[in-house]
Amino acid sequence: MTQTLATEGPTQASPRRLSAVVARSSIWIVLLVVILILPQIFNSRFSLSLMSQMGISIIFALSYNLLLGQTGLLSFGQAALLGLGGFTAIHLMKAIDDGLGLPVGLLPLVGALAGGTAGVLLGWLATRRAGTAFAMITLGLGEMIAASSFLLVGFFGGEQGISADRTGGAAILGFDLGPQVEVYYLIAAWMLIAAGLMYGLSRTPLGRIAMAVADNPERVSFLCFDVPTIRWLMFIASGIFAGVAGGLQAINYEIMTTSAMNAAASGAVLIMVYIGGKDSFLGPVLGAILVTFLQFGLGSFTSAWILYMGIIFMAMVLFAPGGMAGLIEMHMPILTAGLAWGLVPIYAMLVLPSAALVFSTTLLIEISYHLAFDKQSGPVMNLFGLTIDTTSHLMWFAGVGLLLVGILSLTFVRAAVYGRWSSLLARAHERSLS
Amino acid sequence: MQTLALSLLNGLVYGLLLFMLSSGLTLIYSMMGVLNFAHASFYMLGAYFAFEISRRIGFYPALIVSPLIVGTIGALVERYGLRRVHRYGHVAEILFTFGLTYLFTEIVQLIWGRQPVDYHVPASLDFPLFDLFAAQYPAYRVFMMAISVGMFALLYLLLKRTRTGLIIQAALTQPDMVGMLGHNVGRIFTFTFGLGCALAALAGVIGGNTLRTEPAMAHDFGPIAFVVIVLGGLGSISGAFIASLIVGMIQTFSVSFDAPLGSVLSGLGLDEKAIGFVGDLARISPAQVAPIVPYALLVLILLVRPRGLLGRREI
Repeated sequence: MTQTLATEGPTQASPRRLSAVVARSSIWIVLLVVILILPQIFNSRFSLSLMSQMGISIIFALSYNLLLGQTGLLSFGQAALLGLGGFTAIHLMKAIDDGLGLPVGLLPLVGALAGGTAGVLLGWLATRRAGTAFAMITLGLGEMIAASSFLLVGFFGGEQGISADRTGGAAILGFDLGPQVEVYYLIAAWMLIAAGLMYGLSRTPLGRIAMAVADNPERVSFLCFDVPTIRWLMFIASGIFAGVAGGLQAINYEIMTTSAMNAAASGAVLIMVYIGGKDSFLGPVLGAILVTFLQFGLGSFTSAWILYMGIIFMAMVLFAPGGMAGLIEMHMPILTAGLAWGLVPIYAMLVLPSAALVFSTTLLIEISYHLAFDKQSGPVMNLFGLTIDTTSHLMWFAGVGLLLVGILSLTFVRAAVYGRWSSLLARAHERSLS
Repeated sequence: MQTLALSLLNGLVYGLLLFMLSSGLTLIYSMMGVLNFAHASFYMLGAYFAFEISRRIGFYPALIVSPLIVGTIGALVERYGLRRVHRYGHVAEILFTFGLTYLFTEIVQLIWGRQPVDYHVPASLDFPLFDLFAAQYPAYRVFMMAISVGMFALLYLLLKRTRTGLIIQAALTQPDMVGMLGHNVGRIFTFTFGLGCALAALAGVIGGNTLRTEPAMAHDFGPIAFVVIVLGGLGSISGAFIASLIVGMIQTFSVSFDAPLGSVLSGLGLDEKAIGFVGDLARISPAQVAPIVPYALLVLILLVRPRGLLGRREI
């Protein structure tokens, strides 16, 4: 696991350690300030709900990565855990509306309890097996719970779901969670707590041994650890944090429907984590931000967001299995060696072909979607500020031509990019050694 | 009696359709270790291609052309996609096929729209073949049965009686040894993957018009095929056959014998009008439970008997 390697270097002399601590905590402080300031800059209703959803997605993605990245378990039923947490929370929220004296802001704890309980039960079933069998069991369990949500109408609310009012509880310090910005800060606070706890978990002996289980379960069991139990414990932890995300979802939307726990929701979190990068702690965070942006930000402009997400996902699977975080990590030795300028010619070679590729793909996809689903708004559409006549064949020729140009020029520069990159990397290693 | 006989026949038809879908899946899994999530997408593609071809040329050409096209697409996917991600391990392979489902569903929606298309039973087969206790049985269902059984026979002959089948069977368990003996294992993989996809497409051709041809059909059918291959035992064609019939019967019977659980439970003192959790339980009918049963079966089999009914090894 790369994240272990990054932090477990040999212990240095104390001044360097101190500066490292300062450097690391300064990142956290910057992050905190950014999180606090963001809603002041982007204060429209839309961006506030977008950022709230991002916070929820980040917790959910991190909870999923406790399984995928850390324990090496590919689950197809994670949304069931979120859903069970969320539905429990929303039932309690209804009770609060009816006079139960509990602060709404603590509902994620209730979600955590429900998610954890579900994790105990489902995890006991699923973690007896690993690998493909685990994937199939979680698929089966997820489908079972999603399907049974239409049976147990009392708990899951059937088609219309369960709704409640988040402002029904008593106001705390003058905040009643009415405005979206208050919900945003609540989510941000829970996100920081949950992310901190999950980061902490990855540093505990359990988190470490879980990584070992992901790498080589056989050797771990020879070390007299009970591998299924370790997987089970991690599954429970994952359920707890998925439940937190569920509780926040209940607060944010004031409604829970069964679509929160179907197979599509389970697939979305898997895609998030993989696009972001499953091998580092930061990866799921990046993936959650990007996919949420695609889903809610891009989704309000174009109906093609699922296709974009699918294409990015496939590109990552085929070309960058480390995800976004892996791509960033690739640069680290070069950046720390102070060779950032050496990257300029490499990027210069890549920028035009990639731009051609991205632009032509977007053009072709948007024209197709316009023709397929948006005919009633006329033949003309806007893309990147350009006015495009979707009925003209010229656009198709231009799109396909540009796509070919992009692909061909990428294959053309590939060898040169690779050569420059490896020589740069070699220079970086030389510097770090000397 | 009439319901029983009809359900038996319908369960048989549905089971055979499931078998056509799952036989290719089980071959692919046991040979390459890849749980092909996109398998049901190939089934969907088969149905859509058949719709397009039968609209232009006719249903009978579609019966052959559609599986051929889809088989070719499948072979290309294996050759230029799956083989590429193979070096990243099994998880990457599963995720590759998983991502494909999104792309296929979106592309199908782009071309044919989000609504179900009007893919109907051909007129030449759209007549009642015989009467069964005052109910007429459609000829097309019998045609489906004939195609499925014929396909099963052909597949069986291919695997057990030809040289290619012999090599495929050997490659199921000992791919390295087969490669050492001078066979092109890569080509066998590509062929098997294409064959499996073509079988799925054939299921789409004959099933798409009795069920529905819509973008959601892949997602509705995919997990059921997993249930079948796990229940039957991975790599076992005969196991998949038996399991398909079992799952087909379970699903058909739970729909046709539709009585709320409450009518049974009321004898135990439970009231159908009860509110809350107990009331929900009492109102559940077998038709509602039907979608859950296969998954419960899947989980149970994986935990209790991972070899499945006729499989030789565990997952």
